[in-house]
Amino acid sequence: MTVNTSFDDGTLTLRFEGELDHHAARGAVRDVERAIEAHLPRACVLNLDGLSFMDSSGIAVILKAHRRVSELGATLLVTGARAQPLKVLAAAKLERLITIEHQKELYI
Amino acid sequence: MKEINGVKLEFTSKSANEGFARAAVAVFASQLDPTLDELNDIKTAVSEAVTNCIVHAYPDEIGKILVRAKLFSDNSVEIVVRDWGLGIPDVDAAREPMFTTGGEERSGMGFTIMESFMDRLRVRSAAGKGTTVTMRRTISVRAARK
Ligand SMILES: Nc1ncnc2c1ncn2[C@@H]1O[C@H](COP(=O)(O)OP(=O)(O)O)[C@@H](O)[C@H]1O
Ligand SMILES: [Mg+2]
Repeated sequence: MTVNTSFDDGTLTLRFEGELDHHAARGAVRDVERAIEAHLPRACVLNLDGLSFMDSSGIAVILKAHRRVSELGATLLVTGARAQPLKVLAAAKLERLITIEHQKELYI
Repeated sequence: MKEINGVKLEFTSKSANEGFARAAVAVFASQLDPTLDELNDIKTAVSEAVTNCIVHAYPDEIGKILVRAKLFSDNSVEIVVRDWGLGIPDVDAAREPMFTTGGEERSGMGFTIMESFMDRLRVRSAAGKGTTVTMRRTISVRAARK
C-alpha cells in the first residue's frame, strides 16, 4: 500500500495504491497527515483508482482525512474507486458526509 | 444439503495475516465459480472478521485465529472465524452500525459490512472466552462454461 502525493494550485491529490486494510491503515494515515500538514491545501482529492481492495479500515482513514481537511476549511473529494472499494464506501453511507465522484466508466 | 469440501486455517493474530486470510478463503471459494463481485464480497467479509480478532480480541497480545471454510452442494459457502480472546459483552450492541470500542482508528462498520455482504451472519461470544463469527453466502449458479 502506497500513498503518492501531488500538489498543484492549492489542491492536494493523494493517490492510494494497493490494498487498504487494517494492516496498511496506520501507514496510510501517517502519509495522509504528513501531506496535509506540509501543504495546508484549500482542496484535497483522495484518488482511489489504484486501490485493489479496501475494507472498513479505509473508511476510518478517509474520515480522519475529512476531519483534518474540514478543520482547515478545505473541501475533500473521493474519486476513482473501483467496484469493491465503492461498495464498502456505500455500505458505510459515506456519501452523506463526503463527496464521492464515481468512475466515469461505470456510466458508459 | 451436503458438505462437499472443507479447509481449516490457523494463524497468529498479526495484521500482516489479514491479506493472507482473505485471499486464501477467496481462492478456496472460487471452486463454486463465483462472479468477481461475489468473490470480492466474501473477501471483504473475511477481512472484517479477521481484523476484529486482531484488533479487538487480542489488543495486547498475539493470539490464535482459526478460519474454517466449507462448500455445500447447494452452491453455498460457510465461513467460521474464531478467536479465544476478550469476547464481546453485548453482541447486539456491537452489531449496531457505527458501534466501536476501537476509537478513531475504527469506523464501527465491520459487522454491518459482514451482514450486508453475506446472506447470514451469526455471532456467538462470551466475555473472556472468545468469539465465533459464522457467515454464509450462496453463490449464484451460472450456465456451465467450457
Ligand atoms: N472478535 C472480537 N473480539 C472482541 N470484540 C469484538 C470482536 N469483534 C467485534 N468486537 C467488538 O464489536 C465492535 C464492533 O465491531 P465492528 O462492527 O467490526 O467495528 P470496528 O471493528 O470498526 O470497531 C468492536 O469495536 C468491538 O468492541
Ligand atoms: Mg471491525
